[in-house]
Amino acid sequence: MTSDDIEVVRQLVHARSGVVIDPGKAYPIETRLAPVARREGFESLADLVQAIRIHRNDRLIWAVVEALTVGETSFFRDGAPFEHFRDEILPVLAGTRRERTIRVWSAACSTGQEPYSLAMILDDERSKLQGARIELFGSDLSEWALEKAQSGVYNQFEVQRGLPIRLLVRHFDKIDEMWRLSPRIRQMVRWRRINLLADLRALGQFDVIFCRNALSTFDAATRQRVLEQLARALPDDGWLVLGLDETVVGVTDALRPAPGRRGVYRPNPAHRAAAA
Amino acid sequence: MKTCLVVDDSRVIRKVARRILEILGFETAEAADGVEAMAWCRTSMPEAILLDWNMPAMDGLEFLKQLRREPAGHQPVVLFCTVENDLEHITEALEAGADEYIMKPFDGDIVCAKFTQAGLIA
Repeated sequence: MTSDDIEVVRQLVHARSGVVIDPGKAYPIETRLAPVARREGFESLADLVQAIRIHRNDRLIWAVVEALTVGETSFFRDGAPFEHFRDEILPVLAGTRRERTIRVWSAACSTGQEPYSLAMILDDERSKLQGARIELFGSDLSEWALEKAQSGVYNQFEVQRGLPIRLLVRHFDKIDEMWRLSPRIRQMVRWRRINLLADLRALGQFDVIFCRNALSTFDAATRQRVLEQLARALPDDGWLVLGLDETVVGVTDALRPAPGRRGVYRPNPAHRAAAA
Repeated sequence: MKTCLVVDDSRVIRKVARRILEILGFETAEAADGVEAMAWCRTSMPEAILLDWNMPAMDGLEFLKQLRREPAGHQPVVLFCTVENDLEHITEALEAGADEYIMKPFDGDIVCAKFTQAGLIA
């Protein structure tokens, strides 16, 4: 790809998703776009970019944006945030949300390993949840990722990254060389295509939002806007769980770190009072 | 430093595993089948054992069953590492006392993830 072509693609991706692509990384851009070009019947990546320039075809543009924004993920990624969810967040919610449904959102979940990890925890902990009603949502920008997530089918490499073998045995069936999650776990998650750049107010409130390793792909202004939208979607005593290397500090004061919990944030009451 | 005994009849696999384990900070030892591995364990019980299934002399499952009957044989964390990748084999291994299970082919990421799950590395 020429540097002009790469610039066209970078600008499209940024405008549609807020994701900033490193212009120095031509190789991964080409690797990810090659299947799109093939699928759409173009002879080369240059032809694909040319078609976008001329026709501005929305479906084609989204195919390109999606291919370049699918995030890396794995079951129980980084371990600790999931232990925190199980051992500290869930017991509090079970105690304080007796009257209403507990809502948990795994945002920018790529191919679904994160919401399914949460679903397996909820399944394991069911007896301790005192009959609490829980809704679990998974969302991503990419239709392709969501389709894969919804299928609940993973390859041998994917089920060996982060998933303890006993959970594989308990929750998966082997179909040829692939592994499929049980209908019980799959049915616990509801899927939706959500662009975090869009207005999120219609989604309502969530007690817990996992949004891990997406913010770090955004530019600073987008990061602030998305964080403030997520903060608004939380009740005063809600939780936001970010990637281990992501922070709200220096980005927005709508949230503040949960003491001693790396990557965990709570709404900042002072900011709420000022905004009210 | 923790020791991991690599039990596999393939010299190539042992070498690949050893290189990965050394990067993860383990001292490594090698055995080509269950009999050799048992002799090793009776001399000095390792903290971890990476165990192939199909081997001459004594296979991995038989070794594991014998190991768990040894004094101090409950101590090592045992991770199967085998081409056997169906639920029957995995279940049989867990029932015999395996702690984790790696399906070949494997790479450094998988070994690291599995050793972390088994509590061998932080």
